[in-house]
Amino acid sequence: MFTRITRRGMLSAGALAAASTLVLTGCGGGEDALDEGGDDRSIVVGSADFTESQIIAAVYAEALNDADISAETRPAIGAREAYVGAVKDGSVSVVPDYSGNLLQYYDEVTAPLTEDEVMEYLPQNLPEEVEVLDASPAENKDALVVTRDTADEHELTSIEDLAAFCSEMTLGAPPEFQERSYGLPGLKSNYGCEPAEFSPINDAGGPLTVQALLDDTVQVADIFTTTPAIKQNDLVVLEDPENNFLPQHVLPLANKDALSQDARDVLNKVSAELTTDDLIALNDRVSGDEKASPEQAAKDWVADHDFS
Amino acid sequence: MGNLSTVGHLTWLHLLQSVLPVVLGTLISIPIARFAAGRRARGAGGRRGAGRVRRGVVVNAAALLYTVPSLALFVLLPLILGTSITSLTNVIVALTLYVVAMMVRSCVDAFESVSPEVLDAGTAMGYRPLRAFFGIELPLSVPVMAAGLRVALVSNISMVSVGAVIGIQSLGTLFTDGLRRDLMAEIVVGILATVVLALVLDRLVTWSAAALTRWQVRA
Amino acid sequence: MNVLEQTWKWFADPASWTGAGGIWSRLVEHLGYSGLVLLIAAVIALPVGVLVGHRRSGGNVVVGVAGALRALPTLGLLTLFALWIGLGLTAPVLALVLLAIAPLLTGAYAGVSAVDPVVVDAARAQGLTEWQILTRVELPVAVPVIFGGIRNATLQVIATVTIMAYIDLGGLGRFLIDGLAVRDYSRMVASMILAAALALVLDAVLAGAQKLLSSPGLSKED
Repeated sequence: MFTRITRRGMLSAGALAAASTLVLTGCGGGEDALDEGGDDRSIVVGSADFTESQIIAAVYAEALNDADISAETRPAIGAREAYVGAVKDGSVSVVPDYSGNLLQYYDEVTAPLTEDEVMEYLPQNLPEEVEVLDASPAENKDALVVTRDTADEHELTSIEDLAAFCSEMTLGAPPEFQERSYGLPGLKSNYGCEPAEFSPINDAGGPLTVQALLDDTVQVADIFTTTPAIKQNDLVVLEDPENNFLPQHVLPLANKDALSQDARDVLNKVSAELTTDDLIALNDRVSGDEKASPEQAAKDWVADHDFS
Repeated sequence: MGNLSTVGHLTWLHLLQSVLPVVLGTLISIPIARFAAGRRARGAGGRRGAGRVRRGVVVNAAALLYTVPSLALFVLLPLILGTSITSLTNVIVALTLYVVAMMVRSCVDAFESVSPEVLDAGTAMGYRPLRAFFGIELPLSVPVMAAGLRVALVSNISMVSVGAVIGIQSLGTLFTDGLRRDLMAEIVVGILATVVLALVLDRLVTWSAAALTRWQVRA
Repeated sequence: MNVLEQTWKWFADPASWTGAGGIWSRLVEHLGYSGLVLLIAAVIALPVGVLVGHRRSGGNVVVGVAGALRALPTLGLLTLFALWIGLGLTAPVLALVLLAIAPLLTGAYAGVSAVDPVVVDAARAQGLTEWQILTRVELPVAVPVIFGGIRNATLQVIATVTIMAYIDLGGLGRFLIDGLAVRDYSRMVASMILAAALALVLDAVLAGAQKLLSSPGLSKED
């Protein structure tokens, strides 16, 4: 299929982009990044271009530093094409990623999968230069969310309940929801839910999506489960008994030659201790009223745990 | 602190994407415009037919290039250059083309603002063509060129931020990030930084032009 | 298969053209948004520019305001207004109106103020009222420059309406943003080819209109 060729093209291009960014910035410790081996002093923790990824990357770097392994962050490298390319060519040592989406990226997943299945298929599908470390129980996945009023009115607790009302509702979600297998196609095939209208909102389930839900511009929205606004506005996350949404546990995606065993141990320990509630709290500090920097939020979380 | 260094880094990327094209574009425009303006010394009174056509073709081609939306160029250039879509190179090349589109016109006007009699005087004093160009024509065309340069620079600075829509980093990233984080302050900082950058660079061009043209009689 | 072939296939597929999300309806949306923005901006900017030009004072203020507006990044205004006002047409239209005002304002001002004062004085001496001077002498002479401003504003708006799709609206930018979201580069390319073609066609149409509207006595000018 043509998508594969495009992807490969974009991958190498992504690596080029990362490399050129490196050359152009010419600072930030990037000088070791191109010729690193298993040397701990050169760990570069990259992140995707959204906030939670930057927070988790800061947590990784902070935890490594806490264990006397020198590490630094290179935030907001871009979309998966860009940062996966950077990990492959070694200019970035490790990035936080999500199990389901990462698998989806390498292998067109159509059947609903459980977390165990995702973690079984994932390593087989990765390119040979990269590996994933342990997955964390912390998870952030797409979910359909409605207001408490809507939930009460139609007695909704799961997407199965929603199916009967879909045809009267406008669904707000990021643009890709229209086409991805977990999006409109999945809702239709797994639950028979076909919304009356689709409103593409490009803030990754952020403030505009929440606002649209609250002022009834949309009646159901695709919002990430770790969004603090869910609790703040007493929104109801609908259950997904058919596993329409892939499990999305947080896990480090690393270059095979970039991490020492000590560094792996630290990152595995971070994964073991990080919970979904932690993620919500971290997101709340950074994107909520406090507007803490990702670094500060990460520092405080690491201080509450022991990695040294 | 973290915020400050982020803004600093993005400002640097923004500068790179807006200033580099202005410099490259101007350097490219000068010879093109010189060619289009034609031979004007030695009392070449009216423009001869061929020269007029040449000028028309070059100036109109530049204007046509300017019609293509910048975002379109950011997306289409990777096809030609083989770069990644998020690469800064696309923006730099695209905006260089824009600067050329704007500056060719300005430079042609600038060369035409130099009086042919002055060039003739240079020839009479024994200036060879190359020396006459660098010693007389180019310096005398700086004021008109600088006016065009200022417009190109300011429009470039605001065009660069549009790249953030497709993931190219610049001060525009503060807008897309601020939107996702519900952080108006971040967006306002981005807007202010962009405006300040435009004002500072605009001043810089004005001052440099003034310094280069001290021969001008000032009011 | 490379990107261009895929893009070509997308264009060749009749399904790409029809329906609510098809090229035709996106094109109509794009033109609709652009028209609305230009109309609002023109209602604000053209009278102000023309009046300041007619009075021949306050030109510095016009140039200063236009320069400041030019420096404002439209994407920043768009995201700011969207957070402020919420989804819908208001936020992006407001941001784009601010973008369109600068070229319209400077065009109107420059056009009218550049009319030879000798001509204006001659009209005044013949007993024309100020309104008659404006409508019968200054405006006809200023048409090419004012129209230049309108062309400039139109091009900028057509180009920038693409980013309205970054919030939740339609227009040709929808293909760009949706294509980006699912990493479908060929659709992004198609979207931008359409936007570029639209800009080129509109500019040609406006150039033709400008010729028709300009007094033949002015057409010798370059």
